Amino acid sequence: MIDWKKILIPVSAIVILLLLWELLVWVMGWPDYKMASPSDLWPAFLRYQELFWLYGWQTLWRTVVGLGVAVVFGTLLGMIMGLSKVMNDALYPLLVGFNAIPKATVVPVIALMFVGQHDFNTILMAFMISFFPIAVSVAIGLSTLEPEYRDILRSLGASRMTVFWKIALPKTLPEFFGALKVAVTLAFIGTNLVEIITPHGRGLGHLFQSAQTNSDFPLMFAVLLALAALGIVLYYAVVALEYIFAGWAVRTAH
Amino acid sequence: MENLIDIKGVTHAYKTKAGPFPVLRDLNIAIPQHSFCAVVGPSGCGKSTLTRLIAGLMFPDQGEVWLHGELVKSPRKTVGMAFQNPVLLEWRTILQNVILPLEIVAPSMPKAQKEARAKELLALVGLEGFENKRPSELSGGMRQRASLCRALVHKPDIIILDEPFGALDAFTREDLWQTMHQLRAKEPFTALLITHDLRESVYLGDQVVVLSGRPATTQYVMQVDVPGPRPLEMLYEPETVERLAVLRREIQIAQGRAVA
Repeated sequence: MIDWKKILIPVSAIVILLLLWELLVWVMGWPDYKMASPSDLWPAFLRYQELFWLYGWQTLWRTVVGLGVAVVFGTLLGMIMGLSKVMNDALYPLLVGFNAIPKATVVPVIALMFVGQHDFNTILMAFMISFFPIAVSVAIGLSTLEPEYRDILRSLGASRMTVFWKIALPKTLPEFFGALKVAVTLAFIGTNLVEIITPHGRGLGHLFQSAQTNSDFPLMFAVLLALAALGIVLYYAVVALEYIFAGWAVRTAH
Repeated sequence: MENLIDIKGVTHAYKTKAGPFPVLRDLNIAIPQHSFCAVVGPSGCGKSTLTRLIAGLMFPDQGEVWLHGELVKSPRKTVGMAFQNPVLLEWRTILQNVILPLEIVAPSMPKAQKEARAKELLALVGLEGFENKRPSELSGGMRQRASLCRALVHKPDIIILDEPFGALDAFTREDLWQTMHQLRAKEPFTALLITHDLRESVYLGDQVVVLSGRPATTQYVMQVDVPGPRPLEMLYEPETVERLAVLRREIQIAQGRAVA
């Protein structure tokens, strides 16, 4: 059975927010270049509908591919760090330093390194910005496994690999999905960063850029809203995956 | 009778930056087959080290651990373990949790046979009908019962119990003590129990070994010649009270609070 309350409450919250926004702009009498109101956005959406779908798709698939690479790389890195104390000590400061570099400064660097490889650059940035939380959470999940869990299987002569597959890995899944929720938003930011800073005619970031160039303020706000909507879709896709693969942890929490 | 476990002159120290940190010194324990040995001693005296040595997860600096006439040199498939924390796997059902050791020890055993064996044990400890529940849906006492089933499912030579009843409330603990006697009556096994509870050691143990303070050595061994399954009333008999008084005094000596 569908719990209508669960859908109705967040949807009403969105509607109320839009109404307040509309009211604020109307009361203050702001022109659309200061703050566009929701009623200005709809015409902008309709006028550029095809571009929204096309660019939205480009932003979406590059984010998902970047995130996918981050999941594979971050998990492997987390495994190495979680299972080896030496590797953890060696890699942790490097990772923290890498993560501390503002990614906006890296965009021109990779744009010069891989000139014209726009899809590749965008995916690379989405990956670079989002693998850190995944690696850290997997590493922590593996290294904080209580010794009793290990002993139960080790005392039966099970190999390290068996302990890893049967216990350590599934036990890390809740932490992994917690990190993935952070990573999915980061990857999305990474994609848009590249689309806006190095204009190459692709993605919602490009639509934002051209709206700015043409002083089409309602379109700029409409793009922001589309980005928010896409972000919500991506986030809840991760939540759905979490429910499928680590539903036992979600249910335990209640 | 041949001893199933023979711990002979075991001495062990952990290596730390400040030098060796001795935990066991010339420790001797002998456990005959199908007998129940309770080990008590002051906090931090090396009891958990002892369990890891028997399980073959660690090896002593000096001395020998013999299991079933073989020197313990590596982990073996003939040990079952249960801890204070039941450490059940949250993503498995109770039945699948109990089966876990069989997946390692007898991977070729048909699934139906594994499940039948697990169900048989779950019924023995009163968990019939809970096979498909998740650990989070069970009470602490029930989780510990499931953990005992997992320790026994592969018919180990010995089960090592590291304070499995320590975190339970008093009534649940007494229930589980009785369950242990019922299990032993149905399916004899050899056990080594680490505990802080003297009543528990006398009620469950065929022998009670008192360890000294660190580094631990065998300070005192008490035989409890009462056949099982023992009724709970045994706890209130004068002989039990006398035994408890003797053990209490031995613990005080071990703690350095009384002289022998």
